[in-house]
Amino acid sequence: PSLYLGSISFIIGLSSPGNPKDDFQEELVIRPLHSGDIYASFQFRTVWETDFMRGNKVSHYRLFPKSLGQVISKFSVRELHISFTQGYWRTMQWGQPFQPSPPGAELWVWFQDSVTDVDGTWKELTNVLSGIFCASLNFIDSTNTVQPSASFKPLGIGNETDHRFLRYATLPREIVCTENLTPWKKLLPCGSKAGLAVLLKSEKLFHSSFHSQAVHIRPVCQDWQCKTTSWELRQTLNVVFDLHNSAQGKREWSLFKMFSRTLTEACPLASSSKIYIDITDNPQGEQFEVSPATPLLSQAVVLGDRRTFSVYDLTQQITFGTVRSLNLLIRWKSSEGDMLRPLLHAERYVAGYGLQTGEIHTLMYNNHPYRSFPVLLLDSVPWYLRLYIHTLTVTSKGKDNKPSYIHYQPSKDRLRPHLLEMLVQLPPNSVTEVTVQFERALLKWTEYTPDPNHGFYVGSSVISSLVPSIVAMDTNSTRERPLFSSFFPCKEESSYFVRVYTEPLLVNLPTPDFSMPYNVICLTCTVVAVGYGSLYNLLTRSFQIEEPSPGLAKRIANIIRKMRGVPPL
Amino acid sequence: IYLFTYFFFLLLYIAFMLFIVFDNAGQFFSSGHTNNWAVLVCTSRFWFNYRHVANTLSVYRSVKRLGIPDSHIVLMLADDMACNHRNPKPATVFSHKNMELNVYGDDVEVDYRGYEVTVENFLRVLTGRLPPSTPRSKRLLSDDRSNILIYLTGHGGNGFLKFQDSEEISNVELADAFEQMWQKRRYNELLFIIDTCQGASMYERFYSPNLMALASSQVGEDSLSHQPDLAIGVHLMDRYTFYLLEFLEDIHPASKTNMNDLFKVCPKSQCVSTPGHRTDLFLRDPGSVLITDFFGSVRKVEITMETINLTDPINPVNGELQIRKYSYVDQLPVSEIIHQKPKQKDWHPPDGFILGLWTLILLVFFKLYGMKHLKHIF
Repeated sequence: PSLYLGSISFIIGLSSPGNPKDDFQEELVIRPLHSGDIYASFQFRTVWETDFMRGNKVSHYRLFPKSLGQVISKFSVRELHISFTQGYWRTMQWGQPFQPSPPGAELWVWFQDSVTDVDGTWKELTNVLSGIFCASLNFIDSTNTVQPSASFKPLGIGNETDHRFLRYATLPREIVCTENLTPWKKLLPCGSKAGLAVLLKSEKLFHSSFHSQAVHIRPVCQDWQCKTTSWELRQTLNVVFDLHNSAQGKREWSLFKMFSRTLTEACPLASSSKIYIDITDNPQGEQFEVSPATPLLSQAVVLGDRRTFSVYDLTQQITFGTVRSLNLLIRWKSSEGDMLRPLLHAERYVAGYGLQTGEIHTLMYNNHPYRSFPVLLLDSVPWYLRLYIHTLTVTSKGKDNKPSYIHYQPSKDRLRPHLLEMLVQLPPNSVTEVTVQFERALLKWTEYTPDPNHGFYVGSSVISSLVPSIVAMDTNSTRERPLFSSFFPCKEESSYFVRVYTEPLLVNLPTPDFSMPYNVICLTCTVVAVGYGSLYNLLTRSFQIEEPSPGLAKRIANIIRKMRGVPPL
Repeated sequence: IYLFTYFFFLLLYIAFMLFIVFDNAGQFFSSGHTNNWAVLVCTSRFWFNYRHVANTLSVYRSVKRLGIPDSHIVLMLADDMACNHRNPKPATVFSHKNMELNVYGDDVEVDYRGYEVTVENFLRVLTGRLPPSTPRSKRLLSDDRSNILIYLTGHGGNGFLKFQDSEEISNVELADAFEQMWQKRRYNELLFIIDTCQGASMYERFYSPNLMALASSQVGEDSLSHQPDLAIGVHLMDRYTFYLLEFLEDIHPASKTNMNDLFKVCPKSQCVSTPGHRTDLFLRDPGSVLITDFFGSVRKVEITMETINLTDPINPVNGELQIRKYSYVDQLPVSEIIHQKPKQKDWHPPDGFILGLWTLILLVFFKLYGMKHLKHIF
């Protein structure tokens, strides 16, 4: 039945000549990790050969969601990347993710050259996106937006890159829950009713160590000549399930255990629907066993390494077997072998004591034995941590390492955050430490959040770098490749682009005691009452002698004496 | 005499027919509303106030089940309980102990969350005075034929309701907000339910017509919570809303239960506090008001036999083919970055302070050394 639907939609597509073509692909990559956890990455990609920027309005939406199409045309967006993440990606234990994202919400947008007021358009865009994704993105304003000067180059095609049209903002405090997943799922052509999106059940997805959902919109080449562009929408969802939370400690994973669902069909509107399982570390099947077995194998170069995958094609009816449902089972046999160490990873922490000063330390590790590579570090610090840039030091292996490019924009109180961008060359097999001292500012009492003792968040640092790769990367961008390997464009074969995010920081600012006004009033009133009252009494009180009233016998005697006319006692 | 009796019976007959007609017409226009809205607010923050979020979500669930769509519901939750790190079962909010009923569900859209739930935002939503870039899902787009349900829960006192442990809304402000709504014709009828301690004080000051109010406790009484769940570790629901939820679970979109049954929910024996209600500002008799007038949604469907002409889809004009070739941008062009010229900042004329300083220096200089030095300079 899906084949018939597919052919009918194809015929319909052919018969209406004015209609631009659109295409939808979905895939799921499952990568078992060495610690026993499992990493699942969903990608849904819609490509549409249309032009939102031309004068004529686009009115007939088919696979591309209308809400996002209207956002693109109304705000003249060239590229939009938004991600919502819960948890922190542990690079040393899990390797590199396919699409990196920082904890909280992150939004970066390239606008078209025709936009005159970028800041005003940015503010309206964040408000509209907060309505679409049910997130409080309206808190993005000039105090947490920066304009990077060298990082975040466009991921789509384009010829000019004037950084005046780029805006970047993070909200590290933003939570992700079912209310963000619901509108995200509604953007998919099949919704959550058919295909791989059936597996997206919130009760299992949020009971994980790491959960990240993102939407990426960019223009891509239509064909190898690359004279016309089409718009690509990628919706990605990365989740890492914990061995002890979700699998009860047993090293045995299945689709049902991970998602509490099995697959019964592919999305009928999808041109390709595949599941990839990473079996590179398991060439002879000695580490783990995958069932049901599949004859399809595929090799892809991703993240600088050539990996082998078992492929399950959901558009073929044979994948589902006689039971008409697919429940992949991965059972571990032995737990030996260690992971390839990632070549680049970073940490960040706050040092110092007290509530006045502190120091931010960022550590970048280069684990390559003999190659050094350049790294672009982007730091955006809120205005209430006043950085002392004259104390900025960059040291590698104990020696001073002068960056070849520094761009620093100081903050303005309540208007702009600090922006620090540096291009540092990391020597091989070393740790590079970037330190800068800061002082904490006093906020006005209305600027504190309702729970100020939790602390204030500082967004993650972004480290973008071209890391040397072990195998030659594929620079031909138009060949049919699985979606996870075509996310970052590749220009040269010897290195691949990677972005690493550090932890966000949580700093305590000097917090006033909000019960103070009440206590002061009580104390002052007490002091005034006691002090003034005593003084008043001292000044105006006079003492009079009063005789005590006589007893009963004496009173009777006095009455009798009065009657007798004799003076009383 | 016969003529007289004949006329008498004729008049009686006409009066009878008119009465029937008017009664039917009265029934047809009895509800008077064409759309339904709901504003559900939870005002408490922190994990131990789990029950307030569960209260709001259970009313949200009932309202959605009875037909009001998400686009007509403004849901404001001051804190996140479902994905809170202290929740042993993430993405769930339970209302009954032993985790029987998950009121959070799989299809929930929260419009205002976290720090956005403030008194200012709540009043702006009610009165419609929102900044122009506010998205539609965050607006209350009601008109004069809308029935609105407003549900508030949290911690309150005599005459106020606490928002997020940092500010309060008073009953006077709330009454004035409803009067503004009435002046701007933003509602047809409004049902106000509040589940806080001393909740009856919040509706004491109402003075606009067509308002009906229910509260979980009288002035001087505390609203109590229902039952704790030992696995989650907090109280799950408040008593009044728990019994309200049980009552609403029996309602379906076609049921004919009226407001008098709603007033009987949670008597003192179950609730420990005395629920109160106020109907003097309401024009209709509460016995004739259906529960679904506020909790359900009216969809008046008009069947038409007219034909509507659809315009042809706009064919995109194929413009001239771009001759230049596009390519992907280099993600980290090291040499370009190193040789990047610093951005030329726009030139501003010198600030007043700098001008004054230089004038002072020049004056002092020329005073000291005399004017004859001027000719050396000019």
